[in-house]
Amino acid sequence: MSRRFTPSVISANDLMTGRPVWLAADDRWVDDIARAEILEDEAHAEIRLLTANADSERVVGPALAPVRPGPAGPEPMTPRERIRARGGPSIPLPGNVTSTARKANDVRP
Amino acid sequence: MYVHDEFDAAYVRERVRQFRDQVERRLSGALTEEEFRPFRLMNGLYLQLHAYMLRVAIPYGTLSARQMRQLAMIADRWDRGYGHFTTRQNIQFNWPALGDVPDILEALAEVGLHAIQTSGNTIRNVTADHFAGAARDEIEDPRPWAELIRQWSTDHPEFQFLPRKFKIAITGSPNDRAVTRAHDIGLRMVAGPDGATGFEVIVGGGLGRSPMIGKVLRDFVGGADLLPYLEAVVAAWNLVGRRDNKYKARIKFTVHELGLDAFRDLVEAEFARRRPSFEGADQALLARIRTQFAPPDLVSMPTEPFDRAMATDPAFRAWVATNVTPHRRDDHAIVTASLKPHGGNPGDATTEQMSVLADLAEAHSHDELRVSHQQNIILPHVPKGALPAVFARLQAAGLGTGNAGLASDIIACPGLDYCGLATARSIPVAQAISLRLRPIEAEVGPLQIKISGCINACGHHHVGDIGILGLDRAGVENYQFTLGGRADERARLGERMGPGFAFDEVPAAVERMVRAYLALRRDPSETFADAVERLGTGPFKAALYETRQDADAA
Ligand code: HEM
Ligand code: SF4
Repeated sequence: MSRRFTPSVISANDLMTGRPVWLAADDRWVDDIARAEILEDEAHAEIRLLTANADSERVVGPALAPVRPGPAGPEPMTPRERIRARGGPSIPLPGNVTSTARKANDVRP
Repeated sequence: MYVHDEFDAAYVRERVRQFRDQVERRLSGALTEEEFRPFRLMNGLYLQLHAYMLRVAIPYGTLSARQMRQLAMIADRWDRGYGHFTTRQNIQFNWPALGDVPDILEALAEVGLHAIQTSGNTIRNVTADHFAGAARDEIEDPRPWAELIRQWSTDHPEFQFLPRKFKIAITGSPNDRAVTRAHDIGLRMVAGPDGATGFEVIVGGGLGRSPMIGKVLRDFVGGADLLPYLEAVVAAWNLVGRRDNKYKARIKFTVHELGLDAFRDLVEAEFARRRPSFEGADQALLARIRTQFAPPDLVSMPTEPFDRAMATDPAFRAWVATNVTPHRRDDHAIVTASLKPHGGNPGDATTEQMSVLADLAEAHSHDELRVSHQQNIILPHVPKGALPAVFARLQAAGLGTGNAGLASDIIACPGLDYCGLATARSIPVAQAISLRLRPIEAEVGPLQIKISGCINACGHHHVGDIGILGLDRAGVENYQFTLGGRADERARLGERMGPGFAFDEVPAAVERMVRAYLALRRDPSETFADAVERLGTGPFKAALYETRQDADAA
């Protein structure tokens, strides 16, 4: 008996910048996970992954990332993917560290 | 200070040219990622969660003002205005675009820096005591030896595809500030029978998922034998190391599985074979290198400004107590500039901060800076009389936190905020702990808290007084404690405590142990480490889980 397929998105990094990108239904790579295509079916996911892998001139390391469909689009299920979807570290970047660090601790990846 | 010779410079430039070509071919589609990845890693370029990351080696942690300024320029021009100094005396740039990396490497080459062998199964950056050349307890400056090892190991044809990465650390002092026992090879300088310099060679230390403390392979290797002996160690491991399983490939497993004596036999056989081919060229090279490490001409300057500030300025006094270390010459001092502002990101320095450090090095520290494995920056040769001015400038730049060696001087790896291998965040945990302990840290005294975001242990958590390891438990960050580790000459692995804690619970959990220490110590001269040694981990573990029992009972 096969395990149920967890809905997923295809996640990769942009070749030029290294920034996280996700595959949208129209084959474009988007920098906002909300616009990513949610793959509900395993066979379809396999095909989409082939498409993604064929795009190696634009992205690095396409892989399935499990998500839960939510009101604002797909919500990543792993801490790793949550951080990526956030668009950057959960902490303020240096420059104004002491003032905002406390607040940043409230941000959950 | 060591300046790259012609050969070095030509080699580095050639490597940059090759990489520029490889990047172009990758961007044009001529190279696939599978083909390109090894080239990228050979040049220290990783891909992390949000971006590429470039790791630049700072050999034996030594930088000139000019080099620091160049790092500042690179951060400003091609990154986001900051860099991250790591426990292995590297700097990591977190946001370079692939197409810019060849230019960055070229800018590095201009000042004799590079990113070669900062990745892959090679001999990595040789790290050294960050007080080298300035420390009072030093037998001899270990850096000429470190430079000799760097030259020998760079592009060594036999050692480009080792079973796994290989890390060497060296110290010239009996007080080990280089964590030699947690390296594949640790070298501790000792005076030999005839007074000549030699080394105790420690092998098979390492952290990661199977942490081990290094063992003494030979208690004395004379200076002239050092390179052939190192070569024998690496060659012996290169032959028998486990290439079938990368989790068992580090030399620590070879030593563990074979036994120290059997491994020593292999090394001695290699050594006997290789020694004759070292006919003295290495020693001639060492002599040349030494001239570049000649101690600076320390100036004499009145100490009156220092004496006055000590008498009148309590903030200065407190800073001196933690961040100023006695220099080998009485009227000088070693300054630790803190990259650990309370609530900040451990090890990060902005472009402005790097520029200030470069200025200070030029004005007051004979053009020298060091990166410590504690992720701070050192000004190694400051005349005492200049300390008030240095302190003022550091403070204004956010580098004057008086916390070196205290609870908020936390080592933390990049963790899940950056790292592709991470299972949990480290940096915000460090921030929260440092803010929480700030009010009591002076009273607590020396305390090393070390945090890693996964079992790879880049944050040295096994050898912290309090070690914290972030894990992923079914999609939720969970933090496990170890207690009683040591990173110095009496290095020891911490003992693992019980069940882990949620992200929010960690700062209070740390504080409970620290308060237990305050209640239990004999007197303020008994450090946290000493107290754990005397009492065992029991009472601290009890404090760690105290509120859980309350909660259960309620
Ligand atoms: C960000 C990318 C990084 C990656 C992919 C990475 C990867 C790793 C891996 C896989 C190990 C385990 C090696 C083994 O057990 O064989 C390791 C160990 C280690 N890394 Fe990192 N690391 C990274 C960043 C850092 C940073 C930022 C530091 C310094 C703060 C660091 C310092 C160390 C140290 C000290 C060890 C343990 C010593 C040992 O090699 O046994 N690493 N790293
Ligand atoms: S310990 Fe893990 S999370 Fe931290 S830097 Fe190393 S590999 Fe990344």
